[in-house]
Amino acid sequence: MRLTLMKEDGILTARLSGELDQHSAAQVRRELDRALGDPSVKRIEFDMKEVSFMDSAGIGVILGRYRTVSGRGGSMGIGNAPRNVERILRMSGVYTLATERSMR
Amino acid sequence: MKNELRTSFSSLTQNEALARGVAAQFCMLFDPTVEELSDVRTAVSEAVTNAVIHGYGHRNGVVGLDLVKEDDLLTVTVRDEGRGIEDIELARRPFYTSMPEAERSGMGFAVMEAFMDSVEVESEVGRGTTVTMKKRFGRNG
Repeated sequence: MRLTLMKEDGILTARLSGELDQHSAAQVRRELDRALGDPSVKRIEFDMKEVSFMDSAGIGVILGRYRTVSGRGGSMGIGNAPRNVERILRMSGVYTLATERSMR
Repeated sequence: MKNELRTSFSSLTQNEALARGVAAQFCMLFDPTVEELSDVRTAVSEAVTNAVIHGYGHRNGVVGLDLVKEDDLLTVTVRDEGRGIEDIELARRPFYTSMPEAERSGMGFAVMEAFMDSVEVESEVGRGTTVTMKKRFGRNG
């Protein structure tokens, strides 16, 4: 799993690439939490475009990071998920927590 | 004709990808759709993760993954000899997790049930857990 992070105007964009399972989740969680250690980050956006596989461990990662940003009054976005990833995201209900950038 | 593949591997999370790969390769025998393949990969990943982190709690152990093809029916069995599940009904409940501190979403069994036709769980505390999942291929073809 490769993770590309970009921070701009209080928005942390995380571009994930590869397979997100219980094994890779540990590394993703660590890197995201380091970036979220900056209190000026008020929104996290997950770009799922290059995620080739994700199971429920990925849902745990997303929910955990949502808890961090919402705890400081922030928000979350999730976009570009391929079909197989989209199905598990929908099942979990995480989309109900996500908002468009303009709704911030 | 019946075709079987029986494997066992160390209970390490890095073997999840290996288990998914083996299952996906076996499923090629069914001439699967992209979606069917993705269903099996995801369900196997969930079952193996459960065996590694709940069954063995990251301790050393062996996880068994058996794949059987009978005509268009796939049977996947994921087995561990770990600590077992005390309350299977509770464990299967969507969003229930015994490990909230580990950020487990509690969706493992719900995912297996959604992506396979049937999921059976047998467990004995102190002896281990066996998850048997079935899927019939070619339904949408």
